Amino acid sequence: MSTDESTAAAAVHSIPAASAPSSAPSAQGAAVAGAPTQLPVPAHFNAAARLLHWLMAPLILAMLFVGVAMMASVHNRPWMVDLHRPLGIAILALALLRLGNRLRHPPPPLPADLPRWQARAAVASHWLLYALFIAMPLIGWAMLSAGGYPVEMIGGLHLPPLLPQDVTLYAVLRTAHGWLAKLLFATVLLHLAAALFHAWVRRDGVFSSMARGRSAPD
Amino acid sequence: MPEPDTAPPAPAPDHPRPPAAAGGGGSTPRPPLLPLLGIGAIVLSLGAALAWAAGWTGGRLTAQQMTDTIEAGGGNHPGFRRAHSKGVCVSGVFRGNGAAQKLSTARVFAQTETPVLGRLSIGGGSPQAPEAKARVRSLALLLRSDDGQEWRTAMNSFPFFVVATPEGFQAQAEASLPDPATGKPDPARQADFARRFPEARKFQEWARSAPWSNSWANTPYNGVNAFRFHAADGSEHFVRWSFRPQAAFEPLSPEQREQADADFLQQDLAARLAQGPLRWDLVLTVAAPGDPVNDPSQPWPEAREQIVAGTLTLDASQPQAGGPCRDINYDPLILPRGISASDDPVLAARSAVYAHSFNRREREIAFGRTQATATGAQQ
Repeated sequence: MSTDESTAAAAVHSIPAASAPSSAPSAQGAAVAGAPTQLPVPAHFNAAARLLHWLMAPLILAMLFVGVAMMASVHNRPWMVDLHRPLGIAILALALLRLGNRLRHPPPPLPADLPRWQARAAVASHWLLYALFIAMPLIGWAMLSAGGYPVEMIGGLHLPPLLPQDVTLYAVLRTAHGWLAKLLFATVLLHLAAALFHAWVRRDGVFSSMARGRSAPD
Repeated sequence: MPEPDTAPPAPAPDHPRPPAAAGGGGSTPRPPLLPLLGIGAIVLSLGAALAWAAGWTGGRLTAQQMTDTIEAGGGNHPGFRRAHSKGVCVSGVFRGNGAAQKLSTARVFAQTETPVLGRLSIGGGSPQAPEAKARVRSLALLLRSDDGQEWRTAMNSFPFFVVATPEGFQAQAEASLPDPATGKPDPARQADFARRFPEARKFQEWARSAPWSNSWANTPYNGVNAFRFHAADGSEHFVRWSFRPQAAFEPLSPEQREQADADFLQQDLAARLAQGPLRWDLVLTVAAPGDPVNDPSQPWPEAREQIVAGTLTLDASQPQAGGPCRDINYDPLILPRGISASDDPVLAARSAVYAHSFNRREREIAFGRTQATATGAQQ
């Protein structure tokens, strides 16, 4: 990606590239992107991104808690397992929608004065979250298949196996599912801490870019 | 992949400037302490809540602890089941006779023939135990009907469970652990268990007095836990199931038990299968209102309605090492449409502990932390 150039020319080149999946850069698009007064980049996440974010946030936290609790609980495992599987598939579907939206609608830029390492950590952690949102349900599904388990959804509906039954695949995937869950939880905590840091300490509009729409005052 | 976040700081006119930075007049302001403490408290609270949910804190009985205790009682046998470690794979078919269709829509009761992958085993955690001396024998089955539904069940030769709760089971497992000083269970702990869980007396009486048969083939296997059966008309019944042997009872004397080969039951099974298939009738017992449906330690009255729902026919067996049953978790909560779990807490705990037993042995086999006797590998 481009570096510290902040000229209109850089914006002309970089912004259409970011939205390339939806449309090729046209003369009109370049003109809009190149005009600073015409909002070349959004100040807020779009409505779909915000809806998906706030829908998925409690689901993913619930999923992590249910995941560890159902492995430990002597009494509550049955309903927790029955919840964990379909919820995981629901999160997979939402995450794919969200990835599509993210690729089509670039998020607002981070503040210019944000230290470089923090900006890099933000980008890296966001992509790690996306990767885990998609990988965890797929690993869970593949793991159950390799373990010879039916992949039960709601009402006796079964998903087809992703893999043949295989002890090595099962052991590797089951181990990965557990460790990646811990990594996901740690990343969620980091994300939450960073979001609150933006909201309460820096007060730089990053939090409100996900919390509210464009018209609302920050 | 586009990384819009790393785009150069494009002008964003409506982007608010941070008041903190603006107020600092160019110099870095001191970060406010209170918000930082708040963030730290929120993150730590979530971490602590997860640790509690995972059973790492809080002192609750966990499925891991139950599995650990069972493991401690059985000895270290990587690659084997933690309980009922010694057994063989068996296969055959279940033929429903249609009689159970009035109780449940499960396809297995209507289907002419459902393939079965099972396992015959003995109680205890040692894969080398002398089979003739095992008081408890078991039959686990996996039935996969043609609608893709699965019914897994793990049954035992005892007619009712020893205790009513997982806590009772844990107390029994702990009281049965050998005292390091004497090498035998501590009588004081055993007495304490008997006092706290009086329902176990009934089981001990069964263990003392029930006749010993001389084969897996002439042993009845009881599901013990109750399940909900859902009928097409929407009605619901609590049911316990048993597989009743068609082979005639033949006794096994105390002398025979002492002298028998360690693999006595396996040898008998092979001899019987060489003569022909072995059969059991599936008997469903329907609870009457008021029967204890959530307490597997309480038998139901003899007079309860019983329905013979079909016949299990086993015609082949394979060693469990490398056999098709080795990598199956006979989780009793894997149930087909038309059957669902009761609120029996022992059922939930069995499912939880089986999952850990399965995970541990699968990892041991996959990561080479076991011996060829467990995996069946040619080494």
